[in-house]
Amino acid sequence: MTDTTNPIIKFDKVIKRFGDLTVLNELDFEVKRGEKVTIIGPSGSGKSTVLRILMTLEGIDGGVVAVNGEPLWHEQGPDGLRPASEAHLRKMRGQLGMVFQQFNLFPHMSVLRNITEAPVKVLGLSKAAARERGLELLELVGLSDQADKYPHQLSGGQQQRVGIARALAMRPSILLFDEPTSALDPELVGEVLTVIGRLAEEHDLTMLLVTHEMRFAREISDRVCFFDQGQIREEGTPEELFTNPSEARTREFLQAVLD
Amino acid sequence: MHWTDYIAPLMEGAWVTVQLTLYSTVLGTVLAFAAGIGKLSPNWIIKGVSVAYIEVFRGTSLLVQLFWLYFALPLAGAAIGIDLRLPPVIAGVLALGLNIGAYGAEVVRGAIQAVHNDQHEAARALNFSARQTLFNITIPQAIPEMMPSFGNLAVQNLKDTALVSLISLGDLTFRAEQIRNFTQDSTTIYSMLLFTYFGMALVVTAAMRLLERYVTRWRTVGG
Repeated sequence: MTDTTNPIIKFDKVIKRFGDLTVLNELDFEVKRGEKVTIIGPSGSGKSTVLRILMTLEGIDGGVVAVNGEPLWHEQGPDGLRPASEAHLRKMRGQLGMVFQQFNLFPHMSVLRNITEAPVKVLGLSKAAARERGLELLELVGLSDQADKYPHQLSGGQQQRVGIARALAMRPSILLFDEPTSALDPELVGEVLTVIGRLAEEHDLTMLLVTHEMRFAREISDRVCFFDQGQIREEGTPEELFTNPSEARTREFLQAVLD
Repeated sequence: MHWTDYIAPLMEGAWVTVQLTLYSTVLGTVLAFAAGIGKLSPNWIIKGVSVAYIEVFRGTSLLVQLFWLYFALPLAGAAIGIDLRLPPVIAGVLALGLNIGAYGAEVVRGAIQAVHNDQHEAARALNFSARQTLFNITIPQAIPEMMPSFGNLAVQNLKDTALVSLISLGDLTFRAEQIRNFTQDSTTIYSMLLFTYFGMALVVTAAMRLLERYVTRWRTVGG
Protein backbone atom coordinates (compact mmCIF):
# COMPACT_ATOMS: atom_id res chain seq x y z
CA MET A 1 0.00 0.00 0.00
CA THR A 2 1.35 3.43 -0.87
CA ASP A 3 0.36 6.78 0.51
CA THR A 4 -1.66 7.66 -2.55
CA THR A 5 -4.02 4.71 -2.19
CA ASN A 6 -4.12 4.51 1.61
CA PRO A 7 -6.69 7.03 2.85
CA ILE A 8 -5.46 9.45 5.51
CA ILE A 9 -9.03 9.72 6.84
CA LYS A 10 -11.45 6.83 6.85
CA PHE A 11 -14.95 6.69 8.36
CA ASP A 12 -16.23 3.13 8.53
CA LYS A 13 -19.97 2.86 9.25
CA VAL A 14 -19.75 5.67 11.77
CA ILE A 15 -22.82 6.41 13.85
CA LYS A 16 -23.31 9.59 15.86
CA ARG A 17 -26.41 10.40 17.85
CA PHE A 18 -27.46 13.44 19.85
CA GLY A 19 -30.23 12.02 22.03
CA ASP A 20 -32.88 10.64 19.69
CA LEU A 21 -31.40 12.38 16.69
CA THR A 22 -29.09 10.32 14.49
CA VAL A 23 -26.65 12.80 12.99
CA LEU A 24 -24.37 10.33 11.23
CA ASN A 25 -26.07 7.21 9.99
CA GLU A 26 -23.44 4.53 9.25
CA LEU A 27 -21.32 7.02 7.39
CA ASP A 28 -18.61 5.71 5.06
CA PHE A 29 -16.20 8.41 3.99
CA GLU A 30 -12.60 8.56 2.86
CA VAL A 31 -10.08 11.28 2.19
CA LYS A 32 -6.77 10.64 0.46
CA ARG A 33 -3.51 12.20 1.56
CA GLY A 34 -3.17 15.72 0.20
CA GLU A 35 -6.73 15.78 -1.06
CA LYS A 36 -8.86 18.94 -0.73
CA VAL A 37 -12.40 17.87 0.03
CA THR A 38 -15.38 20.13 0.54
CA ILE A 39 -18.49 19.04 2.36
CA ILE A 40 -21.71 20.80 1.45
CA GLY A 41 -25.28 20.18 2.48
CA PRO A 42 -28.25 21.54 4.40
CA SER A 43 -27.79 22.53 8.05
CA GLY A 44 -28.26 19.61 10.41
CA SER A 45 -26.96 17.15 7.81
CA GLY A 46 -23.95 16.24 9.96
CA LYS A 47 -21.30 18.18 8.03
CA SER A 48 -19.70 19.91 10.99
CA THR A 49 -20.06 16.78 13.10
CA VAL A 50 -17.64 14.98 10.77
CA LEU A 51 -15.01 17.65 11.47
CA ARG A 52 -15.74 17.74 15.20
CA ILE A 53 -15.36 13.95 15.46
CA LEU A 54 -12.01 14.16 13.66
CA MET A 55 -10.84 16.96 15.98
CA THR A 56 -11.91 14.76 18.93
CA LEU A 57 -14.44 17.34 20.10
CA GLU A 58 -17.25 14.80 19.74
CA GLY A 59 -17.14 11.05 20.36
CA ILE A 60 -18.83 8.44 18.19
CA ASP A 61 -21.57 5.94 18.97
CA GLY A 62 -20.62 3.25 16.46
CA GLY A 63 -18.22 2.31 13.70
CA VAL A 64 -14.55 3.20 13.43
CA VAL A 65 -12.80 6.41 12.43
CA ALA A 66 -9.20 5.95 11.29
CA VAL A 67 -6.60 8.65 10.77
CA ASN A 68 -3.44 7.63 8.95
CA GLY A 69 -4.51 4.00 9.26
CA GLU A 70 -4.86 4.12 13.04
CA PRO A 71 -8.20 4.15 14.87
CA LEU A 72 -8.92 7.60 16.33
CA TRP A 73 -11.59 6.88 18.91
CA HIS A 74 -10.31 3.37 19.69
CA GLU A 75 -7.04 1.78 20.56
CA GLN A 76 -5.79 -1.77 20.27
CA GLY A 77 -6.43 -3.70 23.48
CA PRO A 78 -5.81 -7.36 24.34
CA ASP A 79 -9.32 -8.31 23.13
CA GLY A 80 -9.51 -6.10 20.06
CA LEU A 81 -10.46 -2.43 19.91
CA ARG A 82 -11.37 -0.57 23.07
CA PRO A 83 -12.38 3.09 23.58
CA ALA A 84 -9.45 5.47 23.25
CA SER A 85 -7.71 6.85 26.34
CA GLU A 86 -6.96 10.55 26.65
CA ALA A 87 -3.29 9.75 25.99
CA HIS A 88 -4.21 8.07 22.69
CA LEU A 89 -6.45 10.96 21.69
CA ARG A 90 -3.67 13.40 22.49
CA LYS A 91 -1.24 11.49 20.33
CA MET A 92 -3.69 11.29 17.42
CA ARG A 93 -4.84 14.91 17.74
CA GLY A 94 -1.37 16.17 16.88
CA GLN A 95 -1.98 15.26 13.25
CA LEU A 96 -5.02 17.50 12.96
CA GLY A 97 -5.73 21.20 13.15
CA MET A 98 -9.01 23.08 13.08
CA VAL A 99 -10.24 26.48 12.01
CA PHE A 100 -13.46 27.43 13.78
CA GLN A 101 -16.51 29.28 12.56
CA GLN A 102 -16.27 31.74 15.47
CA PHE A 103 -12.43 31.88 15.27
CA ASN A 104 -12.14 30.94 18.97
CA LEU A 105 -8.98 33.00 19.45
CA PHE A 106 -7.69 33.42 22.99
CA PRO A 107 -8.81 36.96 23.88
CA HIS A 108 -6.22 37.44 26.64
CA MET A 109 -3.25 36.80 24.38
CA SER A 110 -1.68 38.93 21.69
CA VAL A 111 -2.01 37.77 18.11
CA LEU A 112 1.53 36.37 18.08
CA ARG A 113 1.07 34.65 21.42
CA ASN A 114 -2.17 33.05 20.16
CA ILE A 115 0.00 31.38 17.53
CA THR A 116 3.09 30.56 19.63
CA GLU A 117 1.46 29.38 22.87
CA ALA A 118 0.67 25.83 21.75
CA PRO A 119 3.98 25.24 19.89
CA VAL A 120 5.83 26.28 23.06
CA LYS A 121 3.63 24.51 25.62
CA VAL A 122 2.56 21.44 23.64
CA LEU A 123 5.35 20.83 21.14
CA GLY A 124 8.12 22.11 23.42
CA LEU A 125 9.52 24.60 20.92
CA SER A 126 11.82 27.28 22.29
CA LYS A 127 10.23 30.74 22.54
CA ALA A 128 12.57 32.04 19.84
CA ALA A 129 11.76 29.20 17.44
CA ALA A 130 8.02 29.56 18.07
CA ARG A 131 8.25 33.30 17.53
CA GLU A 132 10.04 32.80 14.26
CA ARG A 133 7.43 30.27 13.14
CA GLY A 134 4.65 32.61 14.28
CA LEU A 135 6.02 35.58 12.37
CA GLU A 136 6.42 33.46 9.24
CA LEU A 137 2.82 32.35 9.48
CA LEU A 138 1.60 35.88 10.10
CA GLU A 139 3.36 36.86 6.90
CA LEU A 140 1.68 33.97 5.11
CA VAL A 141 -1.76 35.22 6.16
CA GLY A 142 -0.80 38.84 5.51
CA LEU A 143 -0.88 40.09 9.11
CA SER A 144 2.79 40.78 9.88
CA ASP A 145 1.94 44.24 11.20
CA GLN A 146 -0.66 42.95 13.69
CA ALA A 147 1.55 40.64 15.79
CA ASP A 148 1.26 42.66 19.00
CA LYS A 149 -2.43 43.50 18.73
CA TYR A 150 -5.10 41.68 20.72
CA PRO A 151 -7.88 39.76 18.95
CA HIS A 152 -10.58 42.31 19.83
CA GLN A 153 -8.61 44.97 17.94
CA LEU A 154 -8.87 43.02 14.67
CA SER A 155 -11.68 42.67 12.14
CA GLY A 156 -13.42 39.32 11.82
CA GLY A 157 -11.52 38.52 8.66
CA GLN A 158 -8.21 39.28 10.31
CA GLN A 159 -9.17 37.20 13.35
CA GLN A 160 -9.96 34.24 11.15
CA ARG A 161 -6.61 34.57 9.38
CA VAL A 162 -4.96 34.46 12.79
CA GLY A 163 -7.06 31.36 13.48
CA ILE A 164 -5.63 29.75 10.36
CA ALA A 165 -2.06 30.71 11.29
CA ARG A 166 -2.61 29.35 14.81
CA ALA A 167 -3.75 25.98 13.46
CA LEU A 168 -0.86 25.83 10.98
CA ALA A 169 1.70 26.55 13.71
CA MET A 170 1.16 23.03 15.03
CA ARG A 171 2.18 21.63 11.61
CA PRO A 172 -0.83 19.34 11.23
CA SER A 173 -1.05 17.02 8.23
CA ILE A 174 -4.83 17.49 8.10
CA LEU A 175 -6.50 20.88 8.40
CA LEU A 176 -10.22 21.10 9.13
CA PHE A 177 -12.22 24.21 8.28
CA ASP A 178 -15.61 24.45 9.97
CA GLU A 179 -17.57 27.08 8.02
CA PRO A 180 -14.62 29.48 8.26
CA THR A 181 -16.41 32.41 6.65
CA SER A 182 -19.97 31.98 7.96
CA ALA A 183 -19.53 34.43 10.83
CA LEU A 184 -17.96 37.13 8.67
CA ASP A 185 -19.42 40.25 7.12
CA PRO A 186 -19.69 39.71 3.36
CA GLU A 187 -16.90 42.16 2.53
CA LEU A 188 -14.45 40.23 4.74
CA VAL A 189 -15.08 36.79 3.25
CA GLY A 190 -12.71 37.31 0.31
CA GLU A 191 -9.53 37.87 2.32
CA VAL A 192 -10.06 34.63 4.26
CA LEU A 193 -10.87 32.60 1.16
CA THR A 194 -7.75 33.95 -0.53
CA VAL A 195 -5.62 32.59 2.32
CA ILE A 196 -7.36 29.21 2.29
CA GLY A 197 -7.03 29.06 -1.49
CA ARG A 198 -3.31 29.73 -1.25
CA LEU A 199 -2.96 26.91 1.30
CA ALA A 200 -4.85 24.56 -0.97
CA GLU A 201 -2.13 25.01 -3.56
CA GLU A 202 0.40 23.50 -1.17
CA HIS A 203 0.13 19.83 -1.96
CA ASP A 204 1.15 18.19 1.28
CA LEU A 205 -1.71 19.50 3.42
CA THR A 206 -4.90 17.47 3.47
CA MET A 207 -7.85 19.85 3.71
CA LEU A 208 -11.40 19.14 4.74
CA LEU A 209 -13.70 22.10 4.41
CA VAL A 210 -17.32 22.64 5.40
CA THR A 211 -18.64 25.72 3.69
CA HIS A 212 -21.57 27.47 2.07
CA GLU A 213 -19.30 29.28 -0.38
CA MET A 214 -20.14 27.21 -3.43
CA ARG A 215 -18.04 29.13 -5.92
CA PHE A 216 -15.02 28.82 -3.71
CA ALA A 217 -15.65 25.11 -3.13
CA ARG A 218 -15.72 24.65 -6.84
CA GLU A 219 -12.42 26.45 -7.32
CA ILE A 220 -10.28 24.76 -4.70
CA SER A 221 -11.71 21.27 -4.20
CA ASP A 222 -10.52 18.01 -5.68
CA ARG A 223 -13.79 16.48 -4.58
CA VAL A 224 -17.10 17.75 -3.27
CA CYS A 225 -19.39 15.69 -1.03
CA PHE A 226 -23.06 16.44 -0.65
CA PHE A 227 -24.23 15.47 2.83
CA ASP A 228 -27.84 14.80 3.59
CA GLN A 229 -29.41 13.11 6.62
CA GLY A 230 -26.15 11.82 8.03
CA GLN A 231 -24.83 10.24 4.88
CA ILE A 232 -23.05 11.22 1.71
CA ARG A 233 -25.84 11.49 -0.81
CA GLU A 234 -23.58 12.25 -3.70
CA GLU A 235 -19.90 12.99 -4.33
CA GLY A 236 -17.66 13.79 -7.25
CA THR A 237 -15.38 16.37 -8.77
CA PRO A 238 -16.69 19.92 -8.49
CA GLU A 239 -17.40 19.81 -12.21
CA GLU A 240 -19.61 16.73 -11.93
CA LEU A 241 -21.42 17.74 -8.79
CA PHE A 242 -22.13 21.37 -9.58
CA THR A 243 -22.93 21.11 -13.29
CA ASN A 244 -24.48 17.70 -13.53
CA PRO A 245 -25.71 16.34 -10.19
CA SER A 246 -27.34 12.95 -10.57
CA GLU A 247 -29.48 13.03 -7.42
CA ALA A 248 -32.68 15.05 -7.27
CA ARG A 249 -31.90 16.02 -3.65
CA THR A 250 -28.52 17.48 -4.69
CA ARG A 251 -30.11 19.49 -7.51
CA GLU A 252 -32.71 20.82 -5.11
CA PHE A 253 -30.08 21.92 -2.62
CA LEU A 254 -27.79 23.50 -5.18
CA GLN A 255 -30.68 25.36 -6.73
CA ALA A 256 -31.67 26.73 -3.34
CA VAL A 257 -28.18 27.94 -2.38
CA LEU A 258 -27.02 29.15 -5.78
CA ASP A 259 -30.06 31.40 -6.28
CA MET B 1 -9.47 63.70 77.39
CA HIS B 2 -9.72 65.47 74.08
CA TRP B 3 -10.77 63.40 71.03
CA THR B 4 -7.35 63.95 69.43
CA ASP B 5 -5.85 61.95 72.29
CA TYR B 6 -7.72 58.89 70.97
CA ILE B 7 -5.97 59.01 67.60
CA ALA B 8 -2.66 57.45 68.59
CA PRO B 9 -4.07 54.30 70.28
CA LEU B 10 -6.68 53.94 67.51
CA MET B 11 -3.99 54.07 64.84
CA GLU B 12 -2.07 51.41 66.70
CA GLY B 13 -5.14 49.20 66.51
CA ALA B 14 -5.75 50.16 62.91
CA TRP B 15 -2.29 48.88 62.00
CA VAL B 16 -3.15 45.48 63.51
CA THR B 17 -6.41 45.51 61.53
CA VAL B 18 -4.51 46.28 58.32
CA GLN B 19 -2.12 43.38 58.91
CA LEU B 20 -4.94 41.00 59.76
CA THR B 21 -6.82 42.02 56.64
CA LEU B 22 -3.78 41.67 54.42
CA TYR B 23 -2.65 38.27 55.71
CA SER B 24 -6.11 36.75 55.83
CA THR B 25 -6.97 38.05 52.36
CA VAL B 26 -3.81 36.49 50.95
CA LEU B 27 -4.54 33.22 52.74
CA GLY B 28 -8.16 33.40 51.61
CA THR B 29 -7.16 33.96 47.98
CA VAL B 30 -4.86 30.93 48.00
CA LEU B 31 -7.60 28.79 49.60
CA ALA B 32 -10.23 30.17 47.20
CA PHE B 33 -8.22 29.11 44.15
CA ALA B 34 -7.29 25.74 45.66
CA ALA B 35 -10.84 24.83 46.67
CA GLY B 36 -12.51 26.49 43.65
CA ILE B 37 -10.32 24.54 41.23
CA GLY B 38 -10.51 21.46 43.48
CA LYS B 39 -14.29 21.47 43.34
CA LEU B 40 -14.06 21.08 39.54
CA SER B 41 -11.51 18.26 39.75
CA PRO B 42 -12.43 14.90 38.22
CA ASN B 43 -10.59 13.31 41.17
CA TRP B 44 -13.33 12.65 43.72
CA ILE B 45 -11.03 12.87 46.75
CA ILE B 46 -9.84 16.38 45.80
CA LYS B 47 -13.39 17.33 44.91
CA GLY B 48 -14.73 15.90 48.19
CA VAL B 49 -12.20 17.74 50.35
CA SER B 50 -12.92 21.00 48.49
CA VAL B 51 -16.68 20.68 48.80
CA ALA B 52 -16.42 19.75 52.50
CA TYR B 53 -14.18 22.74 53.23
CA ILE B 54 -16.42 25.17 51.34
CA GLU B 55 -19.64 23.93 52.93
CA VAL B 56 -18.30 23.76 56.50
CA PHE B 57 -16.85 27.26 56.48
CA ARG B 58 -19.75 28.87 54.64
CA GLY B 59 -22.25 27.04 56.80
CA THR B 60 -20.93 28.06 60.20
CA SER B 61 -20.52 31.42 61.89
CA LEU B 62 -17.16 33.18 61.63
CA LEU B 63 -17.38 34.06 65.31
CA VAL B 64 -17.83 30.41 66.24
CA GLN B 65 -14.95 29.37 63.97
CA LEU B 66 -12.77 31.96 65.66
CA PHE B 67 -13.73 30.81 69.17
CA TRP B 68 -13.29 27.20 68.16
CA LEU B 69 -9.75 27.77 66.86
CA TYR B 70 -8.75 29.91 69.84
CA PHE B 71 -10.54 28.27 72.76
CA ALA B 72 -11.65 24.78 71.73
CA LEU B 73 -8.72 23.59 69.60
CA PRO B 74 -6.12 23.87 72.41
CA LEU B 75 -8.37 21.84 74.72
CA ALA B 76 -8.97 19.24 72.02
CA GLY B 77 -5.22 19.14 71.46
CA ALA B 78 -4.52 18.79 75.17
CA ALA B 79 -6.93 15.85 75.33
CA ILE B 80 -4.78 13.95 72.83
CA GLY B 81 -1.50 15.33 74.11
CA ILE B 82 -0.62 17.85 71.40
CA ASP B 83 -0.02 21.54 72.00
CA LEU B 84 -2.47 23.27 69.68
CA ARG B 85 -2.53 26.65 71.42
CA LEU B 86 -2.50 29.35 68.77
CA PRO B 87 -1.37 32.93 69.29
CA PRO B 88 -4.40 35.26 68.80
CA VAL B 89 -2.95 36.66 65.56
CA ILE B 90 -2.61 33.20 64.02
CA ALA B 91 -6.08 32.15 65.18
CA GLY B 92 -7.51 35.38 63.77
CA VAL B 93 -5.78 35.14 60.41
CA LEU B 94 -6.68 31.45 60.11
CA ALA B 95 -10.36 31.94 60.92
CA LEU B 96 -10.72 34.97 58.65
CA GLY B 97 -8.74 33.39 55.81
CA LEU B 98 -10.55 30.06 55.99
CA ASN B 99 -13.89 31.84 56.03
CA ILE B 100 -13.23 34.24 53.17
CA GLY B 101 -11.52 31.45 51.21
CA ALA B 102 -14.69 29.35 51.31
CA TYR B 103 -16.76 32.19 49.84
CA GLY B 104 -14.01 33.01 47.36
CA ALA B 105 -13.86 29.38 46.21
CA GLU B 106 -17.41 29.64 44.88
CA VAL B 107 -16.45 32.83 43.03
CA VAL B 108 -13.45 31.08 41.48
CA ARG B 109 -15.49 28.03 40.51
CA GLY B 110 -18.26 30.12 38.97
CA ALA B 111 -15.84 32.28 36.97
CA ILE B 112 -13.96 29.25 35.64
CA GLN B 113 -17.20 27.59 34.59
CA ALA B 114 -18.35 30.79 32.89
CA VAL B 115 -15.46 30.70 30.39
CA HIS B 116 -17.05 29.87 27.05
CA ASN B 117 -16.84 26.31 25.76
CA ASP B 118 -15.39 27.68 22.50
CA GLN B 119 -12.18 28.30 24.38
CA HIS B 120 -12.00 24.72 25.63
CA GLU B 121 -12.56 23.43 22.11
CA ALA B 122 -9.81 25.66 20.71
CA ALA B 123 -7.47 24.47 23.47
CA ARG B 124 -8.33 20.85 22.74
CA ALA B 125 -7.79 21.33 19.02
CA LEU B 126 -4.33 22.72 19.79
CA ASN B 127 -3.66 19.67 21.95
CA PHE B 128 -3.22 21.45 25.28
CA SER B 129 -3.48 19.09 28.25
CA ALA B 130 -6.28 19.62 30.77
CA ARG B 131 -3.83 21.26 33.17
CA GLN B 132 -2.36 23.54 30.50
CA THR B 133 -5.86 24.53 29.42
CA LEU B 134 -6.80 25.40 33.00
CA PHE B 135 -3.74 27.49 33.78
CA ASN B 136 -3.02 29.06 30.37
CA ILE B 137 -6.46 29.50 28.85
CA THR B 138 -9.26 29.25 31.40
CA ILE B 139 -7.98 30.90 34.57
CA PRO B 140 -6.47 33.99 32.90
CA GLN B 141 -9.87 34.63 31.32
CA ALA B 142 -11.76 33.83 34.52
CA ILE B 143 -9.78 36.17 36.78
CA PRO B 144 -11.33 39.39 35.44
CA GLU B 145 -14.77 37.88 36.12
CA MET B 146 -13.76 37.21 39.72
CA MET B 147 -12.55 40.71 40.47
CA PRO B 148 -15.81 42.49 41.39
CA SER B 149 -16.75 39.68 43.79
CA PHE B 150 -13.24 39.53 45.19
CA GLY B 151 -13.45 43.28 45.83
CA ASN B 152 -16.62 42.75 47.86
CA LEU B 153 -15.06 39.89 49.77
CA ALA B 154 -11.95 41.90 50.62
CA VAL B 155 -14.05 44.72 52.10
CA GLN B 156 -16.19 42.16 53.89
CA ASN B 157 -13.01 40.64 55.29
CA LEU B 158 -11.76 44.00 56.54
CA LYS B 159 -14.98 44.54 58.45
CA ASP B 160 -14.98 40.98 59.78
CA THR B 161 -11.60 41.57 61.44
CA ALA B 162 -13.50 43.47 64.16
CA LEU B 163 -14.52 40.08 65.54
CA VAL B 164 -10.95 39.25 66.56
CA SER B 165 -11.18 41.86 69.30
CA LEU B 166 -13.21 39.19 71.09
CA ILE B 167 -10.13 36.97 71.44
CA SER B 168 -8.26 39.92 72.97
CA LEU B 169 -6.33 40.83 69.85
CA GLY B 170 -5.42 44.54 69.92
CA ASP B 171 -7.09 45.54 66.67
CA LEU B 172 -8.96 48.76 65.92
CA THR B 173 -12.20 47.67 67.59
CA PHE B 174 -10.35 46.34 70.64
CA ARG B 175 -8.55 49.66 71.13
CA ALA B 176 -11.78 51.58 70.75
CA GLU B 177 -13.41 49.40 73.41
CA GLN B 178 -10.48 50.04 75.75
CA ILE B 179 -10.73 53.80 75.35
CA ARG B 180 -14.49 53.72 75.78
CA ASN B 181 -14.24 51.71 78.99
CA PHE B 182 -11.85 54.29 80.29
CA THR B 183 -13.57 57.50 79.15
CA GLN B 184 -17.23 56.49 78.65
CA ASP B 185 -17.14 58.78 75.59
CA SER B 186 -19.11 56.35 73.42
CA THR B 187 -20.37 58.76 70.75
CA THR B 188 -16.95 60.16 69.87
CA ILE B 189 -15.16 56.83 70.01
CA TYR B 190 -17.69 54.89 67.93
CA SER B 191 -17.94 57.71 65.40
CA MET B 192 -14.19 57.71 64.98
CA LEU B 193 -14.29 53.93 64.71
CA LEU B 194 -16.90 54.10 61.94
CA PHE B 195 -14.92 56.64 59.96
CA THR B 196 -11.66 54.74 60.32
CA TYR B 197 -13.21 51.49 59.02
CA PHE B 198 -14.89 53.43 56.24
CA GLY B 199 -11.61 55.09 55.24
CA MET B 200 -9.86 51.73 55.22
CA ALA B 201 -12.65 50.21 53.14
CA LEU B 202 -12.21 53.00 50.59
CA VAL B 203 -8.52 52.16 50.36
CA VAL B 204 -9.27 48.44 49.91
CA THR B 205 -11.84 49.25 47.20
CA ALA B 206 -9.39 51.51 45.38
CA ALA B 207 -6.65 48.87 45.59
CA MET B 208 -8.99 46.23 44.17
CA ARG B 209 -9.94 48.59 41.33
CA LEU B 210 -6.28 49.00 40.43
CA LEU B 211 -5.77 45.26 40.57
CA GLU B 212 -8.85 44.76 38.41
CA ARG B 213 -7.54 47.23 35.85
CA TYR B 214 -4.24 45.35 35.83
CA VAL B 215 -5.73 41.90 35.26
CA THR B 216 -8.17 43.12 32.61
CA ARG B 217 -5.69 45.24 30.66
CA TRP B 218 -5.86 42.85 27.67
CA ARG B 219 -9.55 43.71 27.33
CA THR B 220 -9.05 47.42 27.09
CA VAL B 221 -5.76 47.73 25.23
CA GLY B 222 -6.09 49.92 22.18
CA GLY B 223 -9.56 51.05 23.21
